[in-house]
Amino acid sequence: MSVLAYLIPVALLLGLIGLAGFIWSLKSGQYDDLDGAAQRILLDDDELGPKQ
Amino acid sequence: MGQQQTLPNGVQIHNTLESSSPNPDETEQGGYELLAQSGEDGTYNLSVLVNGVHCAACIQKIESTIAKNKDVQNVRLNFTTRRLAIQWSGEKDQANIFVKSIENLGYKVQPFNADLVNEESKEQEKFLLMSLGVAGFALGNIMLLSVGVWSSSGEEMGYATREFFHWISALIAIPTILYSGRPFFNSALGALKNGHTNMDVPISIALILACSMSLHETIYGAEHVYFDSAVMLTFFLLIGRYLDLRARGKARESANDLLSTLSGFANVVDEDGRLQRILIRDLKEGMNIRVAMGETFPIDGEIISGQSEVDTSLVTGETIPRVIETGAQIYAGTLNLSAPVVVRVAKAAEDSLLADIVRLMEKAGQSQAKYVRIADKAAQLYTPVVHIAAAIAFIFWWGVMGIAWQEALMIAITVLIITCPCALGLAVPVVQVLASARLTKSGILVKSGDALERLASIDTIMFDKTGTLTHGKPSLINQEHELNSFKLAASLASYSHHPLSKALYKAYGDNEIVELSDVEEHSGEGLSARYNHELIRLGSRQWCGDKNYETSDSYMEIWFQHGDKKAVRFTFEDSPRQDAEMTIKHFHDDGIKTLMATGDLSQPAKAVASQCGIKEYYAEQKPDDKFNRLQELKEQKHNVLMVGDGLNDAPVLAGADISMAPGSALDMAQNAADIIFMGDQLAPVYRSWKTAKASQSLVKENFALAAIYNMIAVPLAFMGYVTPLVAALAMSGSSIIVIANSFRLRFAK
Repeated sequence: MSVLAYLIPVALLLGLIGLAGFIWSLKSGQYDDLDGAAQRILLDDDELGPKQ
Repeated sequence: MGQQQTLPNGVQIHNTLESSSPNPDETEQGGYELLAQSGEDGTYNLSVLVNGVHCAACIQKIESTIAKNKDVQNVRLNFTTRRLAIQWSGEKDQANIFVKSIENLGYKVQPFNADLVNEESKEQEKFLLMSLGVAGFALGNIMLLSVGVWSSSGEEMGYATREFFHWISALIAIPTILYSGRPFFNSALGALKNGHTNMDVPISIALILACSMSLHETIYGAEHVYFDSAVMLTFFLLIGRYLDLRARGKARESANDLLSTLSGFANVVDEDGRLQRILIRDLKEGMNIRVAMGETFPIDGEIISGQSEVDTSLVTGETIPRVIETGAQIYAGTLNLSAPVVVRVAKAAEDSLLADIVRLMEKAGQSQAKYVRIADKAAQLYTPVVHIAAAIAFIFWWGVMGIAWQEALMIAITVLIITCPCALGLAVPVVQVLASARLTKSGILVKSGDALERLASIDTIMFDKTGTLTHGKPSLINQEHELNSFKLAASLASYSHHPLSKALYKAYGDNEIVELSDVEEHSGEGLSARYNHELIRLGSRQWCGDKNYETSDSYMEIWFQHGDKKAVRFTFEDSPRQDAEMTIKHFHDDGIKTLMATGDLSQPAKAVASQCGIKEYYAEQKPDDKFNRLQELKEQKHNVLMVGDGLNDAPVLAGADISMAPGSALDMAQNAADIIFMGDQLAPVYRSWKTAKASQSLVKENFALAAIYNMIAVPLAFMGYVTPLVAALAMSGSSIIVIANSFRLRFAK
C-alpha cells in the first residue's frame, strides 16, 4: 500500500497540470471567439502576414 | 449655387441646396478618429463592428488588408461578435483610412463605442468557466479515490487507508466547494437579503452541510463522507448555469452592439457653410445638419432647406412616403428618401422621440423583470418542504427513537443532501438550451433564457400590420399593362430609390430594360427622362397623371406618361405575408385571441385585418396608444405576445409578456424583442409557440421526475439506509434521467 504515497500525489499533480492548462487558456482569451477559431484553422499562416 | 451629384447608376440629381463645400463626398466619410482611444504607449485603439463577415476568407481579407499598413501593431477580428480591434502607432486620423479600406473590400462598417460595452457578463462567463474547470478537476480526482472506497469496506482496505483517502478527498473538495460554489453562495445570499428564496438557497445549504458533515466524519474516522457527492453536485449544476448564461449572454451582447451603434455620425453645417463630421451624441439644439439621400435622420428637427420625401414607416407605421418641404418637422429614426436636406436640430439626441421611445422601453423592461421563473417558483415550494422533512427526521430519531443527538442530526443532514436539488437545477436550462438550438436551426433566434417559458403561457397575440402581417413593402397589383409602357416605366423606375419605383422595377423582374438619357429626379414629383427624344415621366398624379381619373379604391399609385399619350396608372398594395391567414387560423384553432394595432390609416388596416382573418383591429395608433392598449390587456390579466417590427412597436415589444420581431425589423425593434424570426413567412411565430409549449411540458415532466426521485430517496435517507455510494448513485442517476428526458424534445413535432 505504500505505493499510494507516490501514486496519489502523481495523480493530483497530473490533474493540477491539466487545470493549470485550462486556466491559462481561459486567461489568454482562447474562449472569447469560439466560432472564429473554427474558421481560422482553414487559413494558412503566411496568408495573414507577419503581424499577428 | 446648385450642386450636381452623379450616382453610380448614372442618374443626375439636381437640387437647390446651398452648400459651399467643394466636395461633399470627403466630409461624408470619416469621423472614426473621434472613436479611437489612445493607449498608454502612444498607440491608438479602434473598435468597429464589421457586417457581412461569414467565412474564413473574410477574416483573412480584412485582417491582412489592415495588417499591410506598417503602423499597425495588432489587428484581430472576433468572428463571434463581429468586432474588429485595431491597434496602431502614428496618426490618429489613420482610423478613417482603415475603415475606408475595409469598406472598399465590400463590408459595412459601423461605429461602435467600446465605452458602452458592458464587460460584466463577459467577466461572469469567465468566472463560471473557471469555477467549472476547477470543479471538473476536483471531481475527477475525488472519483479516483471514491471508487476505491465504495468497492471495498473498512475492514477489507484497512481503516487507516480509508481515513487517508477521506483526508485527501477533504483536501481537494473543501477548497473546490469554497471556490466553485461561489456562484450559488452569492446568488443565495442576494436572495436571502431581499427576504425571499430561490433555487440557490437549498443548493448552498446542501453544499455547506455536506462538506461540514463529511469533515466531521473524517475527523472521527467514520463512514458517512459525502465529499464526492458535494463536488458532483457542484459540477453538474455549474454546467446548467453556464448553458443558461451563454443563452442570455448572446442576447445581451447584440443589444449592447445596437445601443453603441446609435453613437453614429452626423454632418454639421457650420456658419461658413462648411461640413464637419461629429458624433450624434454631441449634437446640440440649434445646430444645422445635412442629411444625405438614403440616410436616417438622427434627431428631431425642422427642415430649413431642401425638399424631399421621408419614409416614416418605422415611426408611424404608414407605408406611403411623406413629402417634406422647408419648415416641416421630422423625427429621429425616419429615412430621407429622395434628396439631401438641411435640418435644424430641435432637440438634442438624448431628448428626441427616438430617445423617448428608448426610455419607454426601459420602463417597460423593468416591469417585465418582475416575472418569476418557474425554477424559482419550484424552489419556493421545495425549500420549506425539504427543511421541514429534515427537521421531522431529527425530532423523530432523537425524540421518539431515543438515539444520540449526533446520530439523529446525521440522518437529518443526509435527508437534506439526498434531496439534492441537482435534478431540479438542471430541469429548466437543459430543456431551454435544446429548444433554442432547435429553433435556431429553423431561423428563429431566442434571445433570452426564459423567453420560451413566457411564450408558452400566452393567451393573446397583438400584431403590428406593416412589416409584420404584411411584407412591409408595396407590390404591384395591376399587372395587365401594355408591354411597352411597362418596359419604359420600369426602366425609368430603376433609377429611383422611392419604394413604389422599386416595387415597379421588381415586378418587371429580370426582363430587359431600355437605355434612357437625361434622367432627372424632381423632388416630391417624380422622375423624367428622354427615350428616342421623347419625354417620359413617372411620378405623382398631380405631376404626370390623369387628374380627372375617378377612383373608388385606396391603393397607392404611380403614374407614367410617354410623350402626349394617355397616362398609365400603376397601383400598389402592401400585401399580407402568404401564410398570414393560415397562421392566424392555427392560433384561433388553439384558442389564442388575436388583434392588430397599426399606425396606418383605417382603410388599409381594415383590408389587411379582414384578409388575415383578424376581427379586432385598431388603426392610427401612436406608440403610446399601442402601449396603453397593451396595459389594458395586461390589466385584464391577459398574457400578451407582441409581434412587431417598427420603432412605434418597440415600447410594446419591450413591455409585452413576450415579443417577437421579424429579421427585417428595425434594429431597435429587434433589440427589444425576445425572439427574432427570419424569412418571409409568419409561420415561425406559430412554430415557436408550439415548441415553447412542448418544452414547457418537458420542464414539468422533469420536475415530476425529480419529485419521484425524492419520494424514493427521502424515505431511504429517513430510515438511515443511505451510504455515500447510494448518495452518489442517486444524485447522478437523477440528473441523467432529467437530461435524457429533455432530449425527447428532439422527437417532438
